[in-house]
Amino acid sequence: MTPSRAAFAAILGKDLRAELRTLQSLPAMALFAVTSFVIFRFGLDRTSLSGSLAAGVLWATLLFAAVLGINRLFVAEREEGGFDAIRLAPIDRSVLFAAKAAALLVYLLALELIAVPVFALFFLDSAAALGPLAAVLVLTDLGLAATGTLISSMAVNSRARDLLVPLVLLPLAVPLMIAATGATEPLMALGGPGYHRFGTWLAVLALYDLIFGLVGYAVFDFLLED
Amino acid sequence: MYGKGLRPLSIATVAMLALSLSLVFFYAPLDADQGFIQKIFYLHVPLAITALVGFVVGGVFAIAHLRSGDRRWDAYSYVSIHMSVIFGVAVLVTGSIWAKASWGHWWVWNEPTLVSFLIVFLLYATYYPFRYAIEDPERQARYASVFAITAGAFVPLNFLAVRMAQSLVHPRVFATTNGGLPGSMMLTFLCSLAAVGLLWLTLVKFELTAKSASGQVKRLRRALDAPAPGAGSRIAPEVS
Repeated sequence: MTPSRAAFAAILGKDLRAELRTLQSLPAMALFAVTSFVIFRFGLDRTSLSGSLAAGVLWATLLFAAVLGINRLFVAEREEGGFDAIRLAPIDRSVLFAAKAAALLVYLLALELIAVPVFALFFLDSAAALGPLAAVLVLTDLGLAATGTLISSMAVNSRARDLLVPLVLLPLAVPLMIAATGATEPLMALGGPGYHRFGTWLAVLALYDLIFGLVGYAVFDFLLED
Repeated sequence: MYGKGLRPLSIATVAMLALSLSLVFFYAPLDADQGFIQKIFYLHVPLAITALVGFVVGGVFAIAHLRSGDRRWDAYSYVSIHMSVIFGVAVLVTGSIWAKASWGHWWVWNEPTLVSFLIVFLLYATYYPFRYAIEDPERQARYASVFAITAGAFVPLNFLAVRMAQSLVHPRVFATTNGGLPGSMMLTFLCSLAAVGLLWLTLVKFELTAKSASGQVKRLRRALDAPAPGAGSRIAPEVS
């Protein structure tokens, strides 16, 4: 293994192990998502959802639940001196970005593994949409992981930490949400999943992932200089 | 030192604005479909173009700041974005007036350009709380530059996503079936664009001059060991 790859595996492993032992983020995210579904049940006064309403409820909930995890992503690094350790280590700083984004991706996938079946159980008539939905989920999570890691690493060093992540991330995530709901809406249409412009929306998601992955990778170095 | 050339630039801006406004009201023909209200186009579109270009210019200055480490570039980036956000408010207001006049509603959701602009505006509006929340001035400059670059990459992507999601009802003034704008309208539009662009440049220069002057005063005070009255802004970057 190259040193970068070893460092990547070490940081990612450390993060996942810490999360497994402390359970700081994931249970809160999952609980938040399930409670939000219950609130939507009464707020919309519907017992089953389809089409754009289903896509909107699912993605709004997942995005807000993701914000909870993104808020906490770098808290341990700052409080326990992880940033200083990374700066001292003879590795490329971008490795931290990649490893943190990978950890966030794992959190988001784990969140969706819980929240999406619950959503289907609560609101959907059939589970047929869940197969193709997986592709949308993965591509959207990649984009959220890239922008989320970037914003989180900046917000954690500011005074208004918990305020900044939702404030800056939500407008940044708008194109992601447009494409994700656009792809999800026909999937959850009444009378079986449809694939209207499915490929186009996936391409938009992939483009977003690519651009913000590259931007994050390019600028992350400057966030660690001190 | 930023004050140099400010007077001729201001005079040119005022002259250009006067010229373009007189062209708008006395020279450009009335639009066949929309009548008099279409004339807001000569204000709305140049403002929008200038604001978007200003955002991207802010991102380019931010790249220069990160590459060179010279804090002056960060001040340029800050002032560019600041002025473009102010222009952005004017874009949303004039766009709203035009929407009311031509579609009958103050806000039209299935209008991709207006909605894209709102999203971009909302993102850049978070530049201020983001910047103010970071205390260390050196780190503040670096983080603000990273924000400006990220947001600069976001602008075209956002326009793409919103346009794909919606139908096209925005007046495509440049690409109508009968060959675009007539010459007199095009001339008026280009004059307005130049006038608004000059206005942006002049205001940016004014703000930089003011910042540089107040920075100098502060430094002189410090040299004289006199406390500054009501300690200056810790938010906006200082210009040397």
